[in-house]
Amino acid sequence: MTRLLNPPEAEPATSQPAPGAAIELDDVRKVYLMGNERVNALAGVTLRIPRAGYWAIMGPSGSGKSTMLNLLGCLDRPTSGRYLLAGQDVSRLDDDQLSGIRLQKLGFVFQSFNLIAQLSVQENIELPLQYLGWEPGRAKDRAAELASLVGLADRLNHRPRELSGGQQQRVAIARSLANDPEVILADEPTGNLDSVTSRQIMELLTRLHGEGKTIILVTHERDIAAYSRTQLHMKDGLVDSIEGEQ
Amino acid sequence: MYTGRLIRNIRMGIKTLLLHKLRSALTMLGVVFGVGSVIAMLSVGEGASQQALEQIRKLGSTNILIHSTRPTDEQTDGQRRRISIFGLHYDDDLRIRESFPDVLRTVPVKQIPMEGRLGSRSLDLRIVATTSDWFDLVPRRIIAGRTLNASDDDQRRNVVVLTEHGARRLLATASTVGETIRLGGNAFRVVGIIRNEEAVGGAQIPDSRIDAYIPLEVGKERFGDIILRRSAGQTERELVELHSIIVEVRSVDAVERTAEAIERMLSTWHPRGDYEMNVPLALLRQAEEQQRIWNWTLGSVAGISLLVGGIGIMNIMLASVTERTREIGIRRAIGARKRQIVAQFLIETVVLAALGGLIGILLGPLLAVVIREFSGIPTIVPAYAVILSVGISMVVGIVFGLYPAARAANLDPIQALRHE
Repeated sequence: MTRLLNPPEAEPATSQPAPGAAIELDDVRKVYLMGNERVNALAGVTLRIPRAGYWAIMGPSGSGKSTMLNLLGCLDRPTSGRYLLAGQDVSRLDDDQLSGIRLQKLGFVFQSFNLIAQLSVQENIELPLQYLGWEPGRAKDRAAELASLVGLADRLNHRPRELSGGQQQRVAIARSLANDPEVILADEPTGNLDSVTSRQIMELLTRLHGEGKTIILVTHERDIAAYSRTQLHMKDGLVDSIEGEQ
Repeated sequence: MYTGRLIRNIRMGIKTLLLHKLRSALTMLGVVFGVGSVIAMLSVGEGASQQALEQIRKLGSTNILIHSTRPTDEQTDGQRRRISIFGLHYDDDLRIRESFPDVLRTVPVKQIPMEGRLGSRSLDLRIVATTSDWFDLVPRRIIAGRTLNASDDDQRRNVVVLTEHGARRLLATASTVGETIRLGGNAFRVVGIIRNEEAVGGAQIPDSRIDAYIPLEVGKERFGDIILRRSAGQTERELVELHSIIVEVRSVDAVERTAEAIERMLSTWHPRGDYEMNVPLALLRQAEEQQRIWNWTLGSVAGISLLVGGIGIMNIMLASVTERTREIGIRRAIGARKRQIVAQFLIETVVLAALGGLIGILLGPLLAVVIREFSGIPTIVPAYAVILSVGISMVVGIVFGLYPAARAANLDPIQALRHE
């Protein structure tokens, strides 16, 4: 099997498995104000996800897993506590700095694919590279490479709506890989797919893990969570239990 | 590399706008008409002010023109007198020339309607008996021969200078100098032919195309001061010494002051008010003032349509932001900074406005031509109007794009991602 990942210049980062954690949370809390009521969406989470981990975050709705995902994805800041992403404290960064962290260290895969409709497959995959300021020719080559890695080399000029759900999700995965992220966050990645396609997508993610990517899934489906190595269960804004590798 | 990315962003903006061709076109229309009308209105203003300047140029800005007029009391008199005596005197000319330090010279003018004849051809002419200075103060192109000179007056030569029109009608060929024509029974030798100016838009210019210029002294001697006018079967007699006096003032600064002084002097000698003064410079000032008001009025109306165009753009961009909330969320999640979202939307509005402005620039001069053809108002498209419009449409794009763009950038990425 051809290696899916890592353009040459990124090789050193993953070739020597760093001992550090990809993610460290230290008593992280998130409090929302709903009217006059304070809601403890996260009530003090302490957690360590190692590099090259393959985790699934599970839990019923209201358990705080969405809040957790937003925090881990640097889309939101904790009310208190500390969040280290690849060793860097990101819990007190401003909006621009968080954007920079997302751009350089994170890749997102969403339930509803979230491709931009008016852009071609190639342009969608290129999007992070554009914001990273890559020169257009180089970005195009990289997009083509990633498209062929997810098996869509012949669909580069198609629009998202011309693709099946599974194909769209593969484009989204290719996009999440474009910036060679530290962590890939996948929010119910198979939620809109049938079981056969779901299996293909999970196999793709598992392959990425096999090549050293840190992957965090959020799902409520046991059979999807079963692809991961570690299952974290949440309840009432707290970590309820952790099963599997740690 | 930076320009490369900018070009990519502009291309992306155009691509997005092309997704909704009709909507983009309709949005642009506001700016198209706004810019078009700004250009057209400024062209109307420019045309009118050029016209005013042209008129003043023909009158001469350091000149003061005084004309004899039939006094009002006589016009209302039911019982016509046997002879009407009014107007400027030879002495007025002398007094004006002698008493004001800023007056360089004066040109006295007698006008006598008279038939000109050559063989079987005849033409009703207006004899203009004047001095050679006329041609300095009312400079006109010489087609053939020469104008009157000082010795014509001194030696009382029977010579005449015709206009191109008069020469063509009387002499048949426009350049025949040396022919002798008859004016009211007297023989005059044609020494020159000039091209007169045509009056434009009601401007009072001192010459006309049926003028026949002869030396003043000759005119006095041959035709006297009494003019017979036949109208409605009645013969009317007028005694007018001078029909007009053209006064040349030393400098533009002295014109208004001198005009007032002459007015004061003339009013004591002519209590009946049988004269009229024209100060081209004052007319110019008045025309300019009027023009300024007009420009502001027209400009404001055009500006309002541009404003409406801008609001149209803003409206559509706000709708577009709402429609593309999800896209904004995706871009933010991927790592776009707020200012990159601002740039994206701003580029779209500026492209819309600039494109609209460009079409407006093509439309504006066309509109100006249409106005000229249908209303006869002269229009000139000034370069500054085009440059101004380009600038304005860019500013409209930025000003009216800023708010929607800021709104897009300030969306919460989490909620934007959840937006259906």
